[in-house]
Amino acid sequence: MTTTTLAVLVPLLPFLGAAAGLLLGRTAPGFVRPLAVLPTLAAFVLAVLVAARQGGGRAVDSATEFTPTGSVPIELALHIDGFAALVAVLVGLVALCVQIYSTGYLREDPRYPSYAALVSLFTSAMLLVVYSGDLIVLLVGWEVMGICSYFLVGHYWETPEARAASIKAFLVTKLGDVPFLIGLFALGTDAGSFRITKILGTVAGGGLHHPTLIALLLLAGVAGKSAQFPLHTWLPDAMAGPTPVSALIHAATMVAAGIYFIARLLPVFQASSAAMVVLAVMAAVTMAGSGFAALAQDDIKRVLAYSTIGQLGYMTGALAVGERGAAVFHLLSHGAFKALLFLAAGVIIHAAGTNSLAAMSRMKDLRARVPDAYWTMTVALLALAAIPPFAGFFSKESVLGAAEHVATGHTEHAPGVAGWIVLLVGLFTALLTASYATRLWLLAFRGHGAEAPDHGKQPLVMNAVLWVLAVPSLAFGLAYGVLPDWFDSRDLTPTLITSVLGTGLALVGGLVTYGAWRHTTALAGRVPLGAVAAHPEADAGLVEAEAIASHEPAYGEVAYAHDPADPGRLLLGPLHRHAAVGFHLDAVYDALFVRPVRAGASLVRFLDREVVETYVRGAGALPRLLGAAVRRAQTGNVQTYVSALLAGTVVLAVAALLVATGA
Amino acid sequence: MSPAAALATTAAAAPHGFLSPTGVEIAFLLVGLVTFGAALVTVTTRQLVHAALWLVVTLGGLAVEYLLLTAEFIAWMQVLIYVGSVVVLLLFGLMLTKAPIGRSPDADSANRWAALGVAVAAAAALVWVVVDAFRTTWIDLGGAPSGSTKVTGASLFQNWVLPFEALSVLLLAALVGAIVLSRKAKADAAAATTGTPAVPGSRSEKEGVR
Amino acid sequence: MHLVYPAVLAVLLFSTGLYGVLARRNAILVLMSVELMLNAVNLNLVAFDVWLNRTARETLHSGQALTLFTIAIAAAEIGIGLAIVLAVHRNRGTSDIDRLRDTAEGHESDAPEAEKAEATA
Repeated sequence: MTTTTLAVLVPLLPFLGAAAGLLLGRTAPGFVRPLAVLPTLAAFVLAVLVAARQGGGRAVDSATEFTPTGSVPIELALHIDGFAALVAVLVGLVALCVQIYSTGYLREDPRYPSYAALVSLFTSAMLLVVYSGDLIVLLVGWEVMGICSYFLVGHYWETPEARAASIKAFLVTKLGDVPFLIGLFALGTDAGSFRITKILGTVAGGGLHHPTLIALLLLAGVAGKSAQFPLHTWLPDAMAGPTPVSALIHAATMVAAGIYFIARLLPVFQASSAAMVVLAVMAAVTMAGSGFAALAQDDIKRVLAYSTIGQLGYMTGALAVGERGAAVFHLLSHGAFKALLFLAAGVIIHAAGTNSLAAMSRMKDLRARVPDAYWTMTVALLALAAIPPFAGFFSKESVLGAAEHVATGHTEHAPGVAGWIVLLVGLFTALLTASYATRLWLLAFRGHGAEAPDHGKQPLVMNAVLWVLAVPSLAFGLAYGVLPDWFDSRDLTPTLITSVLGTGLALVGGLVTYGAWRHTTALAGRVPLGAVAAHPEADAGLVEAEAIASHEPAYGEVAYAHDPADPGRLLLGPLHRHAAVGFHLDAVYDALFVRPVRAGASLVRFLDREVVETYVRGAGALPRLLGAAVRRAQTGNVQTYVSALLAGTVVLAVAALLVATGA
Repeated sequence: MSPAAALATTAAAAPHGFLSPTGVEIAFLLVGLVTFGAALVTVTTRQLVHAALWLVVTLGGLAVEYLLLTAEFIAWMQVLIYVGSVVVLLLFGLMLTKAPIGRSPDADSANRWAALGVAVAAAAALVWVVVDAFRTTWIDLGGAPSGSTKVTGASLFQNWVLPFEALSVLLLAALVGAIVLSRKAKADAAAATTGTPAVPGSRSEKEGVR
Repeated sequence: MHLVYPAVLAVLLFSTGLYGVLARRNAILVLMSVELMLNAVNLNLVAFDVWLNRTARETLHSGQALTLFTIAIAAAEIGIGLAIVLAVHRNRGTSDIDRLRDTAEGHESDAPEAEKAEATA
């Protein structure tokens, strides 16, 4: 088989698996698990094969036009370069892990067949985005991911949080998708084609007429999908979905799509230095803000969600300094350790019976219950905090190195101000990242108090997957020497200054948090906070759904608990209150969009009820009135009828006479 | 009189004066007034039996008018059939429907004002048309009477035999129809009375009167 | 004789009969009014027959023949009409035309109870 055929099969197999799963899910429950896992496994293997054949060499391009589509042709095109090949491998790996993990995590869930099919469809859409060489085909996968995220985040639709979160995820990403679509059309019109290769050729030839406008429009869609400020608010709320879905969304699909899209079309963005500065500012605000917010969250998954936003900020920052190799490097390593973090968090939530860090910090020996999750999560947290030699260290240092490269005057790819912004905020965020990673680890695994509840042994598949993912989290960073060949990019080796600075700041952050924790942990015993574990014997999915549903009644808030023993509270001081609610951005959106829309809706309702319906009622009332009048004439009295008849006859006769005599 | 001469008489109208009526015309006018007055009383009186009696006067007056128009056979037929049988039938009908003797305050329906309007409008329109059309037309009543029994009989049995016979069939049909209506009414009444404890004797008694 | 005299008398009788038909409540009085209208027509027929007989030498005497037919038909009509009125009176207990409102809007055609009660009363 040619590479092209293999590449076509990669997105197609999970799609067929999804279709088969949706069709057979009810009638043949026995096939659901194979249908979920095997196509994803095949896609992963094929993606690896494609990557091996492509080998970082010349990009594989193939296109076929099904039907003429008017002025700008739309083609079914593949464009597989080093980025596409490696990102597809990551997507395949994470999706495979998630599917395997889900068979254990949701083994008793009655909606598992549709869930698995949607995850397959999600994977297929992401692979389509990755391999597509045509922007409209890419958009198809982009939107399919949007709808899949809606269904998957709302998997526990019995809980109001999940319903609200799914709608929010859908609406917020759609808010970005509208300008994204307009930007795609503008780009296609300017370039005369939707093919990525042709567009890049046009950009290289300076044929783009409105680079800033197009770049900013596209940026809105990317901000929505990749959860960048100011459209990131859906991502923390999307934690109301099952943990494997969170892992999938955060590590490999959906949020990665935005970064990957910019990486593919980076020359378009580079054509406008204003867009690059906007990108840098967006990345900076996202990184710093999410770091603070992550430090204040109580829900373990929300901490991870904000950390995802922050790491995506690093990737955006790398793109803002024109270094897509570093961005995709970080995307790959982050995909590995973030998937691991989420899947381990799922195990922990199952074991603890709660998703609240405050409650976990009051449990003794939680780490003994979940040794696999404990060790793998430690590895992943070290990778997240960018401690050498874990994967996160190399990828993050490559980003910081690229920023430093630009800041020190190599501004041929990006404006210098963008470099400075990314570098400084990136270093500061390294401190914050280490800080919240330490806090998460300390609260989850170093609790004091009552014995952790016994939820039995975790399913083997869930623990096995954790170790599979721990390997790249540990060792993938060493690929920094090979990757530049794949990416045709600058050397990704960490530079000495940023490495020392970054690692030093991370260590400082970790140590400060440890000190704060030592200071506050004595308080934990005094303020009891209840953990909720209603069904110790149930499977992990049910435990998590109940934990999500009971968080707000138990702690008064979805995002955080009133726990004085939280080191984040001490570190952030007065900022904690604002950080916990994501710096009131939801309230701003509420004031800016929700309330005007509600007011508009009530206005429309008023107009409909009072104005339009009045006309409708009037239209009904007039004939009814006339009918009543006519009905009144139907007295049944024959004499009245004859009188009217004869009166009419007389009138007609007189009229006829007058006409006949010409009077 | 030739058609031309007739045309001349109608055109000139010299020997006839509109304001110089002959004796026949005066008689016709007087009898007509009585007839019309009786007709008015017939349709306005509140005593039902009186209405029938005033109808006799009207029909009799019309018979006199026929005589004045030299249609004597028609006049006698009018007296015989109308005054003799129709009015008697109507009186029977009044009695059988237990019409109240004496003044009944509700003899006229609520429709009377509309009826009055329609009738006056119709009268005005017709009088206007008729006067406008025939104000210069005179009937020559001299010579042999045009409606003697002989003339009428000859015409009827020479020219109108077929309609005459057809009319006999119609009368037969009317006879049969009247009987059927009565019988059907009886059958319906019988069906209605089977369920109710009404006394059939009173009904048969009524039939006997009929 | 001036033709207007019988013609106008016929018109007036006809209108009187018309008024009677429209204004009277008792069905028998309505029948009487119908007789008045028929007689007005008869008068017209006779008058025009006489006029045409003399003026146009018309010997068919169609007016007089038709008058006779009308009289005969009127007799038949009064017979049938009275039979109907009697049948109605027997069923409904009334011969007032404005109380026979079965075709009125909102009238319940299947209300034999009330009518029967009325009839037996």
